[in-house]
Amino acid sequence: MAELDTDIALWRTSIMKGRAVDDGDADELESHLREQLAELKKAGLTDSEAFQIAVQRLGKADQLTAEFAREHGERLWKQLAMSASPEPTDRRPLVKMIVFALIAAVAMRVGWFLASTPTAMAPWFLRDLSLFVLPVLFVYLARQRRMPRRTLIAAAAAIVALAALATLYPFTPDGQTTYLVGIHLPVLLWFIVGIAYLGGIRTPARRRMEFVRFTGEFAIYLVLLILGGGVLTGLTVMVLNPIVPGAVDDVLIWVVPSGGAAAVIVAAWLVEAKKSVIENLAPVLAAVFTPLFAVMLGVAAIVYAVGGIGRNFDRNLLTGFDILLIIVLGLVLYALSARDTSKPAGALDVVRLVAISAALLVDLLVLWSMVARVVEYGFTPNRAAALGLNLILVINLAVTAWLFGRMLARRTTAEPLERWQTQYLPVFGAWAALVVVVLPLLFAFS
Amino acid sequence: MNIDKDLVAAMATPLVLAILAEGPSYGYAIHKRVRELSGGELEWTDGMLYPLLHRLDRLGYVCADWGSSSEGRRRRYYELTDTGRAELVNQRAQWQAATRTLGGLWSVAAGA
Repeated sequence: MAELDTDIALWRTSIMKGRAVDDGDADELESHLREQLAELKKAGLTDSEAFQIAVQRLGKADQLTAEFAREHGERLWKQLAMSASPEPTDRRPLVKMIVFALIAAVAMRVGWFLASTPTAMAPWFLRDLSLFVLPVLFVYLARQRRMPRRTLIAAAAAIVALAALATLYPFTPDGQTTYLVGIHLPVLLWFIVGIAYLGGIRTPARRRMEFVRFTGEFAIYLVLLILGGGVLTGLTVMVLNPIVPGAVDDVLIWVVPSGGAAAVIVAAWLVEAKKSVIENLAPVLAAVFTPLFAVMLGVAAIVYAVGGIGRNFDRNLLTGFDILLIIVLGLVLYALSARDTSKPAGALDVVRLVAISAALLVDLLVLWSMVARVVEYGFTPNRAAALGLNLILVINLAVTAWLFGRMLARRTTAEPLERWQTQYLPVFGAWAALVVVVLPLLFAFS
Repeated sequence: MNIDKDLVAAMATPLVLAILAEGPSYGYAIHKRVRELSGGELEWTDGMLYPLLHRLDRLGYVCADWGSSSEGRRRRYYELTDTGRAELVNQRAQWQAATRTLGGLWSVAAGA
């Protein structure tokens, strides 16, 4: 009997998988199945015989769900909005999210107010922008994930210390260090957010992959929200500006920054609440863009290897290269997080290896010319930060390429690759911390 | 002899409406009644009955309501509405016209 119940439960899961069949329908079909079973057993069949026949009579799961989908196509879409079930749902997570989004909006507004001077925004505002948003996200996730109190206090103390440093360090206006802190502070804060997401620092490396996923999906949602917000803002200006010229600008200057801050919380909430939606989308996006980036990087690697990087090498090009390398690494990392590690390598892994190898080549070229510059002109904060980042990247890329090669040669699975990446993640965080905390001191805040 | 599946599909709506005209019922009972009436000649995949019932519900021909079975399992009952009754009258007229037409031909053929 227990075995039969297990069979029925499995069958129920299989028909509900496509989401066209909801809970009520499954109840209806299950009670049909059970009555049929009872009747067949009365006729002398065994449990398993009766089950086989009853399931067969109900129809193949895929045909059945296809038929339900035709009648209930809206269900497949409804899950994108709110919960599809008609039963009253728990609204508390939603309320909590809205409260935190409001807090983020207010925090952003406070920062804006503090930074406003009669003539322009204070220069520190852009640098410290993340300090007004990400700590709110940190508290939101820490509460969500029931972070242990001691870790929570330690991480919160770290955030406060960072805020104090950013305020107290006597940066030279428009100096390199203030610019570098502006780039690395959000990265560092994001790693602290990661601690909240994983519920502590001492998490097994395997679980860090979840945070990688979260990061990728969060980025997609945030971009979508920002796009929507941009359309809304543009239309507002177009429609209302002719009637109330000037007033719209005044309102938007309030709404846009706070809306952006709130979007960060909403995006984090969406990742958790709508997990299954993006789960289908994100790997597709990664699969589409990995080959394109591989081609682009391959061309760049060849062009720069032949032409030499020296002539046009400046800060913008370097920043461009670094962003490119990080994106490629991110795509590969993301693809790793979404794959089943036990599966053998496929064609897409070859593309990834190409992308990684090209990235490695580009990075080596960049490093080469960086070292030449440092030898010729000495260290500046920018060069030190760039050199450090590229060293970290080159080590990561080299090992990644090696492990990818081994995986494609069927010597290993994806598991060592995943372990390498997750163990390496804190290195990026530590480097960001170094740039934010130590580098300004070393270069006297220039 | 089994009835062709296109014909089954065409018959399904009036058949279910007619069974529900006898009184409110639920999925498995409707299914059993169909088997009984057709003497097993009308074969369909059991599961397909439910999307059909849901469509009739959406069109307003029947209304669905949760009740419970004797074992306490929840069970969805379907009841014919006035719109459904009117639709049944309409369908019935159409089927009678169809069988009359064919019957006229075939009785002539049988007589000849």
